[in-house]
Amino acid sequence: MQTSSGGSVGRSIARVDGVAKVTGAARYLDDLDLSGVQHGITVRSTIAHGTFDGLDLDPAFDWTQVTVVTADTIGWGQGFAAGGFGANYIAMLDTDQPALVPSGGRIKHVDEPLALIAAPTRALALSARAHARPRQTALPAVLTVDDALRADIKLYQDDNVFKRFLIRKGHSDDDELEIAMAGAARIIEGRYETGAQEQMYIEPQAMAAWPEPGVMRIAGSMQCPYYVHKAMKVVLGCDADQVAVTQTVTGGGFGGKEEYPSMLAAHCVMLAAAIGGPVKMVYDRDEDIAATTKRHPARVHHRLGLRSDGSIAAIDVDVIMDGGAYLTLSPVVLSRGVLHAAGPYRCDVVRVRGRAVATNHPPHGAFRGFGAPQTTFAYERQIDKAARARGEAPWVYRDRHALRAGDTTATGQLLAASVGTDEIIAVIRDAAGPAPARDGTNRHGAPVKRGRGYAFYFHGAGFTGSGEQRLAGRATVLTRAGGRFEVLASSADMGQGSITIFTQIAADALGVPPTHVRVPDPATDAVPDSGPTVASRTCMVVGGLVERAARTLRARIEAWAAAAGVPGDLVAQAAAMIKAGTEAGAAGAAAQAAAEIDPHHGAIAETVQYEPPPGIHWDDTTYTGQAYPCYGWAGCLVDVEVDLDTREVALTRCVHAVDVGKAINPVIVQGQIEGGTVQALGWALLENIVYKDGKVANANMTNCIVPTFADVPDLETIIVECPYPFGPSGAKGVGEIPMDGPAAAVANALEDALGVGFDRLPVLPEDIARALRGGGS
Amino acid sequence: MTAAPIRFDVNGVAHSVEVSPWKRLLDVLRDDLRLTGTKEGCGEGECGACTVLLDGVPVNSCLVAAGQCDGRTVTTVEGLARRGGDGETMLHAVQRELVERGGAQCGICTPGIAVCAAHLCDRGALAGAADPRARVRELLAGNICRCTGYQLIVDAVIAAAAAAVPALPPTDDAGERTP
Ligand code: FES
Ligand code: FES
Repeated sequence: MQTSSGGSVGRSIARVDGVAKVTGAARYLDDLDLSGVQHGITVRSTIAHGTFDGLDLDPAFDWTQVTVVTADTIGWGQGFAAGGFGANYIAMLDTDQPALVPSGGRIKHVDEPLALIAAPTRALALSARAHARPRQTALPAVLTVDDALRADIKLYQDDNVFKRFLIRKGHSDDDELEIAMAGAARIIEGRYETGAQEQMYIEPQAMAAWPEPGVMRIAGSMQCPYYVHKAMKVVLGCDADQVAVTQTVTGGGFGGKEEYPSMLAAHCVMLAAAIGGPVKMVYDRDEDIAATTKRHPARVHHRLGLRSDGSIAAIDVDVIMDGGAYLTLSPVVLSRGVLHAAGPYRCDVVRVRGRAVATNHPPHGAFRGFGAPQTTFAYERQIDKAARARGEAPWVYRDRHALRAGDTTATGQLLAASVGTDEIIAVIRDAAGPAPARDGTNRHGAPVKRGRGYAFYFHGAGFTGSGEQRLAGRATVLTRAGGRFEVLASSADMGQGSITIFTQIAADALGVPPTHVRVPDPATDAVPDSGPTVASRTCMVVGGLVERAARTLRARIEAWAAAAGVPGDLVAQAAAMIKAGTEAGAAGAAAQAAAEIDPHHGAIAETVQYEPPPGIHWDDTTYTGQAYPCYGWAGCLVDVEVDLDTREVALTRCVHAVDVGKAINPVIVQGQIEGGTVQALGWALLENIVYKDGKVANANMTNCIVPTFADVPDLETIIVECPYPFGPSGAKGVGEIPMDGPAAAVANALEDALGVGFDRLPVLPEDIARALRGGGS
Repeated sequence: MTAAPIRFDVNGVAHSVEVSPWKRLLDVLRDDLRLTGTKEGCGEGECGACTVLLDGVPVNSCLVAAGQCDGRTVTTVEGLARRGGDGETMLHAVQRELVERGGAQCGICTPGIAVCAAHLCDRGALAGAADPRARVRELLAGNICRCTGYQLIVDAVIAAAAAAVPALPPTDDAGERTP
C-alpha cells in the first residue's frame, strides 16, 4: 500500500480533464469534425408486439441523396472481409435481440429499430423518414409481469422467464423455511414496487462509424469499448483487428451507456458500410428516453420473521423484475438484486427467489445500483417497520442487528475485513441532531408535517463471484521518450473521474508527480481489455492493476538505472533508459534497455493481469460463497417536510455516510456520493416513467423530470474509510452504493411524518393525497 | 428562404452568417461558427446545457431563432476566459472554482452552468442575499446536472462570487475576451 505523505493519493487534486470541460474545449462525439459525415436516424416500430411486414418508401419523395438500410438489404453471413456482414443480433448475454427486425420478423416493443436512414443533413434524413412507412401487424401484447408469468403469450422460451435465482441459507427446502418462519414471534410482511427510471445523462447517446481499408472504426459515447467491440465482431462477422472502438468524451452514463451503445454502433456500421463513408447518429432527447434502457421496474415481496427479542429469525424475499422485450443484461441485474435482497442484517435462515421476465416493454437495463436499489428499498422499509412495530428507535434497531466482521451474509460469505458498520452507525448517530418538530408551517404559511427516516445498506464491489477471474482484466503502464508515463486501460471516464484517479494511483506508485502521467482515451486497438466500466469495479479492480503495473515498471527502471549508473529521479531515469534503448547499435546498458523496449508500444511497458485475492470461493450453481470480494457500507438520514395543502414533499436534510475503503481523491468521491444521492432522491419523489400501451408516454424532459438545483437541500456527505486490503491504498467501490438507500430513507421519513406507509416509488403528491384520505399507497 | 445575412457579435468577434432566420441559435453557433462548447441536452428549453448570454442575459439557445440575434451580442462558454498578456488563458473565476472544487464531472452541463453562473457573479446577483446558497439554487434551477448532485457546483459559485479578483467586465464591454 502506498501511503507516502508526499503522494497524491488521498488528496483532492483537480480533475485532469477539468479545464477542457469548463472552457468548452472538450470534444464530445457530436462536437467532432468528421469530414463528409452523414447523419443517421432510425425508423422505429409503433406497436408493442406484432410482425414487421416491410418498409414502404414513398415514390413521390426524392431518395437520390438518401441511404436506406433494412435487415433485408444487408448481406448477413458473408463476413466483413467479403464486403458483407456477420449475424443480425446484439451480442450481450444472449442472441435474441436483433440489430434490426427483418421483414416478416417479430416486433417485440414500441420504438424497436426497423430500418435506418442516412443523408448528408439531418433535416433531409428526417424528412426522408417521414416518407418511409413501416407496415406492421399488431398482436396482443404482454405489458405486466403478471401477464408475462401467465405465459399465454410467449415472448421468451415457454415461460417468459429470462432468469431465475434461488438462494437458501440455513434450510434445505421450502418446508424448513416455513417452519423457521412459523417459529417467529412476529412476521413483518410487505409488497414493494419500484418503477422504471431513466438515466438522463445530459449527453444523449451518440456514435459514429467510418470504414477504413480493412478496418471499421467506431467512436462514441460509451462506458465499455470492449462490449461494443465484441458486439461488432458478431455484427460485422470480422476478426478482432478489423474493428476498432474508441470512447470519446462521454457526457454521463450511469449504466445507460453500458449495453445500449452496442445497438447504436451496429446501426452506425450498417449505414457506414452502405455509404462507404462516415456516419454519425446522435439521438434527440425524446428518442433517447423512449427507446433506450432504463432501470428495471421491480416487485418485491418480503417477509421478515422476528424473534421476541427483535432479532431476525428468518428472511424470505421474492423478487420479480420486468426485463422488457429482450434478455440484454437482465440476468446480471437480477443477480445483484437478489444478492443484496436480504440486506446487511444477521439472520441464519434466508430464502431469496428472483425472476426476470419478458414483457413487451423496451428492454430495461443497467442503471447505477444494478438491481440493488430495488431490493434495498424493500428491505429497508421492512427493517423500519420492524423497529416501528417493536417501538424501537430505527437507528438503534439497525445497530443491534446489522452485520459485523465475523458474521455471514445470505450466501454464507464470512465477512472478514473492511466492514464499515460500526463507523457508519456512529457517524450518522453523531450527525443526526434533534429530529424536526412534527407539526408546523412552512415559509408559505402552509401547515406541514415533518419526519425523519433512516436507511442502512451495503453494496458488493466488483463483479459477482468469480466474474473478475473469468474476465481477467489487464492494464498497462508504460514510459515513452522524455520520461512521460501513460496508463492504458479500457475503463471509460464518463464523468466519474477515473482518469484522474488512475493518474494519482500511477503517479504515487511510480513516485512521480501526477503531471507526468497521462491516461489516453480508451481505444480497443491501443489499450488492453481491463473490463467494462461497471459494477463499482474501476477504482478497486482496475485501479489495483494500474498500481501493480506502475510499481513493477518502476522497479524495472530503477534496476536498470542502478546497473547503468544513471542518477536522478524516475522521470530522468526513464528518459535515459528509453534514449539508451533506442540508440542505434546499442551495447552494454543500452542494449539491456533496448531489450526491455516493447516493440508493440515502442516503449517500456508493463502489463499486468487480474489475480484474485486469496480465499475467494463462489459456487454459481448454488449461489453460495463469496458473492463479492468486499462490500461498501452506507447510512442515510433524511428529514422531510410535507405541505399538507399541496402534498408536496420538501427534503430539508440529507446526511449520507459511505464507507469507500479509501478516498483516492476525496472531492471526486464526494461528487460520486452526491450525484448518486440526488438520483436516488429523484427516484423516490419525482422520477416516473409512464408506460402507455408499451410506449413511454412522457418521453421528453418537460414531463420526465429529474431533480434540479432547487429540489434538493445542501447535502451532508461523510466519507468513511475502512480499507480493503486488496484495493489500491485500501480503496473499494463508490459508484453505485449512494444510489441504493436514500429512497428508502425518504419513504421511512414520510411514514414518520404522516403515520402512513409508502411502499411504492416514486411517492408523488397524488399518492400522499390518497394515503391521507385513507386509501393506502 | 435565406433572408439577408444575420450580423451579430459572438464573444467579441463580429460575424455575418447566411442562414434561415428560423435556424436555432444553438445550431448557428455549433454548425456555422463551430463553437461546439455550447451543448444540446434536450432541445426544448428544459436542461440549460445550451445556455448563452444574449445581450448579457442568459437564454436557452435551443429556443432562440437566428433571426432574433441580428445586431445583438452573444457570449458563449468559449468567451468566458480571457487571454492574459502572456497569451495564457485566464479562466473566469467561476470556471476556475468549478475545476478546483469538483463542480464539473462529465462536463456536458458545465458550459451552460458556467455561462449562467458567470453572469450571476458578474452582476453581483448574490450580493446581499440572506441565504446565498439558496439564491444560487434558485437562479440556476434552469440548468440540470445529472452527475454532481449540485452541491459542489453551489460551492464553486459561492466561492467565485466571493473571489476578490474582479470577474468579467460588464457584458457590453466584451471586446477584451478571447474569441
Ligand atoms: S438544449 Fe436547450 S435547454 Fe436543453
Ligand atoms: S457534470 Fe455531468 S451533467 Fe453535470
